[in-house]
Amino acid sequence: MILYYYKVMSISRDEIQRIAKLARIELTEEEMGRFQGDLNKVLGYIEVLKAINTEGVAPLASVTGLENTWREDEEADLGLQKAIIENAPEKSGRFIKVKKVL
Amino acid sequence: MKFNLMDYAYATIVELRKALDAKDVSSVELAKFFLARIKKYNPDLNAFITVTEEEALMQARQADELIAEGKAKPLTGIPYAAKDLFSTRGIKTTAASKILENFEPVYDATTIRKLKEQKAVLLGKTNLDQFAHGSSTETSYYGPSKNPWDLTRIPGGSSGGSTAAVAAGLAPFALATETGGSIRQPASLCGISGWKPTYGRVSRYGVLAMTSSADSIGTVTRSAEDLAITAEALSGFDPKDSTTSKVPVGSWSKNFHQDLRGLKVGVPPEYFPEGIEEDVEKRVKEAINKIQSLGAEIREVSLPLTGYGSMVYAIVTPSEVSSNLSRYDGIRYGHVTQKAGDLYEIYSRSRGEGFGDEAKRRIMTGTYALSAGYRDAYYLKAQKVRRLIVDEFAEAFKKVDILLCPSTPSVAVKIGGAAQNPLFGYIADQLNIPSSLAGLSGLLVPCGFGQPKDGAAVDLPVGLQIIGPQWGEERVFQVGFAYQQATEWHKEKPKVFQN
Repeated sequence: MILYYYKVMSISRDEIQRIAKLARIELTEEEMGRFQGDLNKVLGYIEVLKAINTEGVAPLASVTGLENTWREDEEADLGLQKAIIENAPEKSGRFIKVKKVL
Repeated sequence: MKFNLMDYAYATIVELRKALDAKDVSSVELAKFFLARIKKYNPDLNAFITVTEEEALMQARQADELIAEGKAKPLTGIPYAAKDLFSTRGIKTTAASKILENFEPVYDATTIRKLKEQKAVLLGKTNLDQFAHGSSTETSYYGPSKNPWDLTRIPGGSSGGSTAAVAAGLAPFALATETGGSIRQPASLCGISGWKPTYGRVSRYGVLAMTSSADSIGTVTRSAEDLAITAEALSGFDPKDSTTSKVPVGSWSKNFHQDLRGLKVGVPPEYFPEGIEEDVEKRVKEAINKIQSLGAEIREVSLPLTGYGSMVYAIVTPSEVSSNLSRYDGIRYGHVTQKAGDLYEIYSRSRGEGFGDEAKRRIMTGTYALSAGYRDAYYLKAQKVRRLIVDEFAEAFKKVDILLCPSTPSVAVKIGGAAQNPLFGYIADQLNIPSSLAGLSGLLVPCGFGQPKDGAAVDLPVGLQIIGPQWGEERVFQVGFAYQQATEWHKEKPKVFQN
């Protein structure tokens, strides 16, 4: 049986904030504290996995070994434009509206 | 011979097909019957998020026309439920989340389209763990589903709504998905049959993505024979899903035989871990003995990397989840915050408000594991260990034809029990995760009942897991079928929903 253990790592508050920014998720203070602990646990798993010898092993990209499946670049009108725009929370005519980017 | 209407609640697809073709019952009568059962029992079970009454009756009428013309296909007129992860055009598809609470897809998933073409009858969308993140349905925005065998306990997850619905006789079969145990574990806890296909067998087009390298589309039914029938209907290359394979779809339901002479079975000792409940171990070993009595040779096959599967999963899954959930940005669909000043706040507040805890946890973990400086050490290392797990199974399948083992180390726990144990999901799924990560074929068949470790005097289902090699559908269906010819566990029904 594998023992689960983890070092109390120094994932800093700054680090958590950086990740939340990358992930575009606004978190409460409480959530940030909680996720700090969770991320530490994951680091713990890595410590265990590090003990396994993977020298010369290629990372798995696909279990089926399928690569680069192609299709013809053909046009098709599925008539979904109106339905797609309907789903957007903010829209104007044929366009989805977003706040200014720059 | 006519059925009693009540007999239909737990009838198999095979039995329903006969009854429909013999005009003992019409599709519309069947649809109305199941819709009435759902209305009566869903409040107790919370198996369904959305019931599609109009759609069901319309499809049933079309099915009756096909049957009258003698053009019925295997699933024509058969009612079913779909996990609310499958896109259904014009019908709410929520992933059991707030962020997609009112979302209506503009297209059908390929699997939904295939069932529509056969005129199967969609009864509704079932509950799940939010975005399929979990093993109990407790992360659903709509509350947990209940185990039909004991309403204070979990049905398992993430496909808990689908399995509860079939186990309670609210639908003859249901669409489900598995990435790390989400079909086999709930099937085990609810006492029904479940199919986890080889990755690449069934199109994922239109199914909201969780872990793109492992998500597999399957079904839960009342028998292994039914699983094979649904598998034939759903499998096959789809140009819209570039990860589907052109490996041919067999006539799996038509070539069953009763005995298993010559079958070499491997039993991995690592799948009976410390802490496994006594009754789970007993029932599974009894099932293995039964299969031996049908002619199979049983031998021990060690899979030493088994324990590492959950850790690989704990890194790979959140990584891919963080990528797949980035599309929920409050711009093109779904929940949008009312409190944003600029574009960044639209993203961060919509996502902060719309995602549940577990989704956020996985996004944060995955973003970290994939971020610059960490990707090599975390994600790629985990994917290397994953390849070793794949190789370990491949070696095992050189010595044996299938593996038999438990699916989950305990019977159903109480709702709320998981909250005390943050490792619950990984423990519950540790025996499904390795073969899921390897993309192998798998089946779950009920094999008896056991009492829980918490001391309650209640009999709860135990399941037997049948793991086959990649593309091993024919083999796992054959073993499941033969076992169910020799046993009756799959015919058991919970006492509560029988009128």
